[in-house]
Formats: sequence, C-alpha cells, structure tokens
Amino acid sequence: MKNQSVTNNLDWISIVIYFTLVIMGWLNIYSSSLSSIEEEASIFDFTQIYGKQFMFIILTIPLIFVVLSVDGKFYEKFSSVIYVIGLFSLAGLFVFGKTIKGQANWYSFGAFGIQPSEFVKAATALALAKYLSDVQVNLKDLNRQIQVLGILFLPILLIVPHDPGSALIYSVFILVLYREGLPSWYVWTGFIALILFVLALVIKPIVLTGIALAVILFIYYRSRIINRNWILSTMVFVMVGGFVFSVDYVFNNVFKQHHRDRFNILLGKEVDMKGIGYNTNQSEIAIGSGGWFGKGYLEGTQTKGGFVPEQHTDYIFTTVGEEWGFLGCLFVIGLFLCLIIRIIYLAERQKTKFSRVYGYCVAGILFIHFFVNIAMVAGIFPTIGVPLPFFSYGGSGLWGFTILLFIFLKMDANKVNEW
Amino acid sequence: MRKVLLPTIIFISTILLVLRLFYLQVIDDTLKLKSDNNAIKISYDYPERGYIYDRNGKLLVANQPSYDIMVIPKDIKDLDTTEFCSLLKITKEDFLKKVAKAKVYSPRLPSVFLSQLNKKEYAAFQEVERNFTGFYIQKRALRDYQVAFGANVFGFITQVNDKIIQKNKYYNSGDLIGRQGVEESYEDFLRGIKGVKYIQKDKYNRDIGSYKEGRFDTIAVQGSDITLSIDAELQKYGEELMINKRGGIVAIEPKTGEILALVTAPSYDPAILVGRQRSKNYTTLYKDSIAKPLYDRGLLAEYTPGSPFKILTGLVALQEGVIDENFSVNCHHGFSYAPGRFMKCHCHGGTLQLHRGIYESCNTFFSTSYMRTIDKYGNPPKGVDVWSNHLKSFGLGQFMGYDLPTGKKGNLPTSKTYKKMYPGWGWSSKTIVSNAIGQGEVLMTPIQLANMIAIVANRGYYYTPHIIKKIKGHKIDKKFTTKHVTTVNKKYFEPMINGLFDVYNMGTAHGLNVEGIEICGKTGTAENFAKINGKRVKLQDHSIFVAFAPKDNPKIAIAVFVENGYWGARWAGPITSLMIEKYIKRKITRTDLEKRMLEGSLQGEYNKYYPNAIVDTLIKSKIDGPVKPIVAKPIIVKPEVKIDTAKRN
Repeated sequence: MKNQSVTNNLDWISIVIYFTLVIMGWLNIYSSSLSSIEEEASIFDFTQIYGKQFMFIILTIPLIFVVLSVDGKFYEKFSSVIYVIGLFSLAGLFVFGKTIKGQANWYSFGAFGIQPSEFVKAATALALAKYLSDVQVNLKDLNRQIQVLGILFLPILLIVPHDPGSALIYSVFILVLYREGLPSWYVWTGFIALILFVLALVIKPIVLTGIALAVILFIYYRSRIINRNWILSTMVFVMVGGFVFSVDYVFNNVFKQHHRDRFNILLGKEVDMKGIGYNTNQSEIAIGSGGWFGKGYLEGTQTKGGFVPEQHTDYIFTTVGEEWGFLGCLFVIGLFLCLIIRIIYLAERQKTKFSRVYGYCVAGILFIHFFVNIAMVAGIFPTIGVPLPFFSYGGSGLWGFTILLFIFLKMDANKVNEW
Repeated sequence: MRKVLLPTIIFISTILLVLRLFYLQVIDDTLKLKSDNNAIKISYDYPERGYIYDRNGKLLVANQPSYDIMVIPKDIKDLDTTEFCSLLKITKEDFLKKVAKAKVYSPRLPSVFLSQLNKKEYAAFQEVERNFTGFYIQKRALRDYQVAFGANVFGFITQVNDKIIQKNKYYNSGDLIGRQGVEESYEDFLRGIKGVKYIQKDKYNRDIGSYKEGRFDTIAVQGSDITLSIDAELQKYGEELMINKRGGIVAIEPKTGEILALVTAPSYDPAILVGRQRSKNYTTLYKDSIAKPLYDRGLLAEYTPGSPFKILTGLVALQEGVIDENFSVNCHHGFSYAPGRFMKCHCHGGTLQLHRGIYESCNTFFSTSYMRTIDKYGNPPKGVDVWSNHLKSFGLGQFMGYDLPTGKKGNLPTSKTYKKMYPGWGWSSKTIVSNAIGQGEVLMTPIQLANMIAIVANRGYYYTPHIIKKIKGHKIDKKFTTKHVTTVNKKYFEPMINGLFDVYNMGTAHGLNVEGIEICGKTGTAENFAKINGKRVKLQDHSIFVAFAPKDNPKIAIAVFVENGYWGARWAGPITSLMIEKYIKRKITRTDLEKRMLEGSLQGEYNKYYPNAIVDTLIKSKIDGPVKPIVAKPIIVKPEVKIDTAKRN
C-alpha cells in the first residue's frame, strides 16, 4: 500500500505531534479510570475503557493508510457526495438514534456505537472548500453569502436537537469564510453579539439598552455631519435592544435551570452543588491541586478518588492538570498550538484554493475544540460537551479527528503533483 | 490582513488559557487545600414505606428488613473464594460472573452482589464479614405481607428501570418503586421523600462534616400510611370462593363508591414476589399466558354483560317513555323480531310486564322495549345515540377514573359504530337487537357491572369507585366525593328494584336467598367464543351475577363473573349470595352451599380447551394465609451513593 511519493512528502511534524497527543491521551485515560488500590490492572485490558481506547488507536493506523492511499483528487470530486451522506447520517438519528447519556446522537451496533456528528465536521469542511473553490465565488455577493451559510446551517439544524452544545463548533467556519473574503461586518457583528450576550447576563436589559443608546448617540454626534446616518443608527439601536431583551427572555424563560446554572457558575452566582456546580468545582480543584509540577503520573488523588465526573471524556484535561502540573499543561497546550499553527502555515502554501480552505477548516475545528474544552475544564466557559481532540476517550471522536487531519495531510503531500 | 485574524485569535485564546491555568495551579492555594478536604459525597436517607391497612384498621402490608451483599470490585483483596462461595452456597463460576458484572458497572462503586438474604443467611455472613474486604452488607426494607391475599390490590415493589429514572428526576438507579395496584397509584404517598445529605470527605475518604453547614441538605419525609376501602375479610373470602375458577368479583359500597373487595382469579400469594425468588417467580407468573395470574380480571376483562344488561335496557326504555310499568308483552318462549329471525326465551311465557320480565329474564320483553327505544325517533342512528348517552351516564364505555393503575374502557356502541359496521343504511333496531339482552356489541368490565348495580342500589347516582379510604396526613382526591347523577329519573328505579327483588323470590335466583337479608339481583349467562388454533370455537357460557343488599339502605353492591361457569345461578349466583351474607352477617349459615362453592372447581372445563397447558404451581390452589406476627418498624438507612455521572447538556 505504501506510496513512495506520499510518504516522502508527508508533513512529519504534524504526524509526530498527532501521535504524541494520541498516546498522551491514552495514558491519561488509563490514569483517570484506575483506582488507587488496583495495582495489577493491565493497560491492555479490553473490558476497560483504556483497553478499548488502545484498540481505537490501533485501528486508526489502517484508517490513516486508507485515507492516504485514496487519490488526492477524490476528496475534491466527491466532497458534495460525502457532505450529503453526512447530512443523511444526521437525519437518520431522528429515526434510528440511540440515547446515551441523554443525547440521542448515536447509532448503535450491538456493543459498539458511532456518533455521526464527529464525522460530519470533516464532511462540512470538504463541502465548504469545494463550494469556495468550485465557482468563481465572490463572498461580497449576498446570494453567495446565503448559499455558503446554507451549507453550514444544514448540519447545525440537524445537530441542535440532539446536542446543542456541539453546534457551537460550526461558528468557527465564519473565521474561515472571513479569510476567503466574507465582509468583515459579519465577524464584527458576531463579536459584538457575543459581548452583548455576556453583558446581558450581568446587567439588567433596560440599563444595558440605555448604555447602548448612549454609545450610539455618542458615535452619531462625534461623526462628521456628512457621515451621520440616522436610519442606520436607529436600526442598530433597535437590533441591539431587541437582542438584549431576547437574550434576557431566552435565558430566564426558555433555558432550563441547569442551562442557567452553567452561566451562573461562571458569573460567580450561587448554584446548586448537586448538578453542574459540582462538575466545575471538582474539575477546578483537580487542576488547581496540581501546582507547578503535578503530583506525578498515576498519583493524582482527585483522579484516583473519582471525584471528577466524565473524567475520561470531556474532562480528561483535569488529569493532565493534576498529575503533570502547570508544566504538563503548558506542554499539551504547546503541542496543540504548534499543530494548529503548522496546519495554517501548510494551508497558506497550498496551490489550490480547495486545499487551502480545507486546511483552514481543519485548523479552525481543532482550535475551537481545544479552546472550548480546556476553557470549560478550567471554569471560564459554560459546560458544553465538547471533546478534546485526540485526547478524549471515544472511537468516533478519535477517528473523526484523524480523518479530518489526514485528508489534509494527503492534500498537502499531493501538492507537488498538481499543476 | 485577513490572513492574520485566525492566528491572532488562536494566540490570544491560548494566552488566556495559560493565564487561567497559571492562576488555578500556581497562584490560588485554596484549591490545593480543598483537594485534601475534597469531595462532596451525597448520601441518601431512605424513609420507610407507608403501611397499608384495610377499612377496619387491620394491618395488611408492613415492611421487613432484608440484607443485600454489596461488592466494590476494586476493594476485593486476599479473598478466600472457596470459603466465601460455600458460605453463600454459590458456585465459583457464579462468583466470577457476578464480580465481572459488577466490574462492568463500575470497579469503584458498590453494586449488589447477592440480594435479599434472609435473617439466617445474614447472621452467618455477618460473623465473618470482616474477612471479605470489598464486600459489605446493606440493609433494605422489603414488603412484609401480613395476609396471603390481595396480590392484585397491592401490586408489588421493584427496582426502578432506566426509563423511569430518565423521566422522573426523583429516582436514582437502584431505588425501589411500586408497580401495579395501590403501590403504584399511591407511590408518591407511600414512598415518602428521601433525604439528601452532602458530606464533605477528605482524600482518605473520611467524613469531615457536612458540606456548607448542611445548607443543601434535606430531611427525609416519612411515607404516609394508607387505609384502603377493602374489607380484608370479604376480600379473603372472595379469593377463597374463586379458587380453581377464573373470573372476577367487584364489591362496592353504593353510598360512597368505596371498593369493598376486588378479586381476580386465579391469583397468587403476594409474598412470592419478595425475596431471592422474586424474579424467578415473576417470570413464571408473567409467562402464564393461559391462566394469566397477573391480569386483573376485575378491571381489565371486557365481557359481554349478558342478562344483567336488561336492567339498563329497561331503565332507558322507562326514561324514554316507550314503556311503563303496565306495558305488556306476549312471550311464546321466544321472539320473532324479523322474518325468519327468532330469539329464544327461557321464561315461562304468556303475557308479562316489566316486573315478571325482569325476574324471569324475558328476552322478548326487553327486546321489544329496546326496539321501541331505538325506533322512538323514527331514525335508528338518533335512537342509538340517545340510548348510548344514557348508558354513558352509567359509566359505560369509559375509564371510570378509579384509583388503580390499570383499566379498560369496555365498549359502548354509538351510531358511528353501526355506520361503520353496516355501511349505507342497511341497519335498523332489528339488526342490533341483541344489545337488548347484553349479547351485542356492548362490552363491560366487572367493575363497570358492579358500578351499574351500585347505581341501581342508589336509585340513580354513583360516586367514582375508589379503593382509598384515608391517606395519613393528606386528603383523598376530590373526585371520589363528587356525586354523579345518571340521566334516568329516580322514580324509574323503584319498579326495576321490585323486579330484581323477586329474582330471589320467584325468579332465576330462586333458592339463593339469605335469611334476614333482602337481596336484589340479576343472573346472567353470556355466550363466548375463542380462537383456538385459528378456529372460532364456542366455549362454555360465562356465569354472571349482579346484586345489592339490603333492598332499602343498601350496604353492598356486587358483580361476580365466573368464566365458563355455565349459567348465572350455577356459580356466580351462589358466590354472590355468600359474599353478601359474609359482609352483612359476618358469618355463613348455609355451610353446605359454602362447601360446594369453596371446593368446586372448573379446572376440568378450562383444561378442555388447552389440554397441554402446564399448570402454574404458583397460582393459589388453596388458602392457608397464616397471619404472620407484625415486625416492629426498623430504621432503614442505605449507605451513601456518590454522584458518578455528570449531567451533560
């Protein structure tokens, strides 16, 4: 199966970082599921999750070979087919989906489950890259904007009912589109909306609207008379006011208490320690107790005591924090940073627009998972069930990220053969 | 410029993360301290389940302590497996299987290793418990039945399933919940509310006090005792009388709607669904698809009501004014209701009025009355709907709203039913005349029959039948004290009751009189068919009886249904009369009749249809019912359970 030209041109830096992260993840999963008394447990015990993770890791190797040996043009040619299959797999969940831990986003094959949403990220990235490269697309054109946002919203609409948190992942594509020419006001609007959202939770809506009015009036009167546009200013004010009040309404009337608690805990308000407060509290304690150097591998008392819930999946980073300390965290964060920056670097030197956009998508997806996950574990982001790429336990997640990354590495290795 | 945005955001975010981690790990010392005194564990304090009493204050269901052996797989150390296995009388394979199963659930959390040990087994194990690290004993409360009857009334206790846990936040895995019977309908009162304690632990798992001075703790609320309207003695007697028969008895106090007895046969001893044999026994009962011991015939079985339905036919005809007391019909041992259609009649024939029509159960009389009712408006659909509405006010064709978790609506046809059955206009009162004598499309459950006769006893009203009398510390549902009045005027009941009274004196139940009690009743015989091996087979008729007593100021209204019991007066009639005597006089004078009923068996009849059926040994074949001593209320405390799953999204 080995293709000489492919292996020569592969970006080995990315691959080394990839395997380092995967192996570290596995070791931490082992630690997180081990108890203090069990001594002779084998890390290859397939009845335990660390054994299963080992199996998942082994299975990535043939997967990587397949991804790399497929012709480089395949992904571009079949991107829309892959995207449609992805959408169908999400739609099928409404009929055949199995509920695990309150989320009906699994297909179950006996003891074995698949989460299609983990693979749809790569499919969406392919579709987006294809769309932006296929036509002479000018993202300044409103019709194009609508079409490209449609590509993003289809999977979001299908994911939200099962798993509203991970729909957030798709917001990163806006940054990719910006790179390809989306007007900057999209990004600014998103940014301002984010700030208003946070402010709306802290400040009373009527006060916040007042402040917004003051700011808008200030800008209006400070700008030169020719530039004053009272229609635009009024519209902005109405939209800001409407947004602030609807955030307040949604927060207090549509959200359930456990959703509210996720924000309240960040805002330092008192929450019920039974539910979500418990997770974040425990996770902060585990990380915080690590100090500079950590307690040593397999020595974490919080990890051993099983105090952090879901520690092997979304909260895996707490094990790093407790057992490897601040330096260990820096190392892992450094690896992620290197990988993501490396991918952006590789993307910029691609010869085709298709592979450049795809590379950007890969970097963006990895980044937002990495950031949201660690920010949540460190208690500066609401609790959203987002895995840490390559680290968290789970076959679907691991394979989804592996495919995502290696498709890009294949494109990158192929670039010399392209005209 | 556009190239820079994503990398910039990435760098800023990463710096943010690093700063946050630096703060948590290096600057903030309190977290390190907290990790030494960490861990809030949640421990639950399970209140004791409420007791169940009968209407006279007799204790029916109490609690008993039971012992489960729990295992924490990771804690198992230096175990002498042979000794352990021989002590608990299990094989080594069993042992390995159970430990492996527990390990799959969680190596760190306790799982049940062996459940529901009796006191002797518990004592033996307790002595050497310290040799078996990783195993410990957990005390739980099980139901302790003071009586060997009433299984269908009580229901049983079982562990909650995942479906309920997901739906109802109150329950955690391993909690107990009432299923079927009053255990299910009054679950919220019986179980009480478990208390929650948040306990701070250090890293050696030692308690170091309550979390935040107990701000989040709640105190357990005791389960409420409930008093049923059941009369234990009558219930027991009813079950005894129904041994080796199939069917149901429902007895109601007319004045209040309180259910005095709710018997289904065959039945089983409630105690077999407690203890180590529970799941095996439950499976056996569940799999018996022929005798169906778990099927509450009193509430669920929909039968054609047969002749007792003539009471309703008569009352509706009187109310509609199509007959009166003096309305006469000529019966020639049958009734030719259409050319070539003849309905046989077993009355003595000749000219008769409502009075004799009822006590001799004349088919001709009631068919005529029924046809006049339907034809009154010159439009059969209209007639049927008027008739149907009257019956609806008697509780037919609906769940009546009683407080037991199962039920069936029966069937009450309307004009729509017949428009569907006979498309076009191809039907008239003649087509559906079999409704007149309860052999048509109407289906009733025994409790609907009992409610019907209670309405007659009350001369036109009823209270929704219910089995609850009192809940300690709470009021019972208002709907059970709301009077429902039927659409038939009070004055039409008196002539009907006179006829029902003479059923005993001169009519079809002649000879079943109880000295000193004026009983009004009606026999019934209902044809029935079954599909056996794909063929429609006519089975032996069902035996039915409805009655109330005494005639003035009635104390009990009762419906008895005996499957394949030939005719009304053969099985259901005597059983009814014995039940009434038992309830009103508290003792039986006609001992030979009693003996015949107690010992009589229809098993031969049932075996005819399913000769190869294996007889279910769990079904009661005799009543012994030794009354066990009452156990003092023990205090039940479950060991703490730690939260181990995060609630995501």
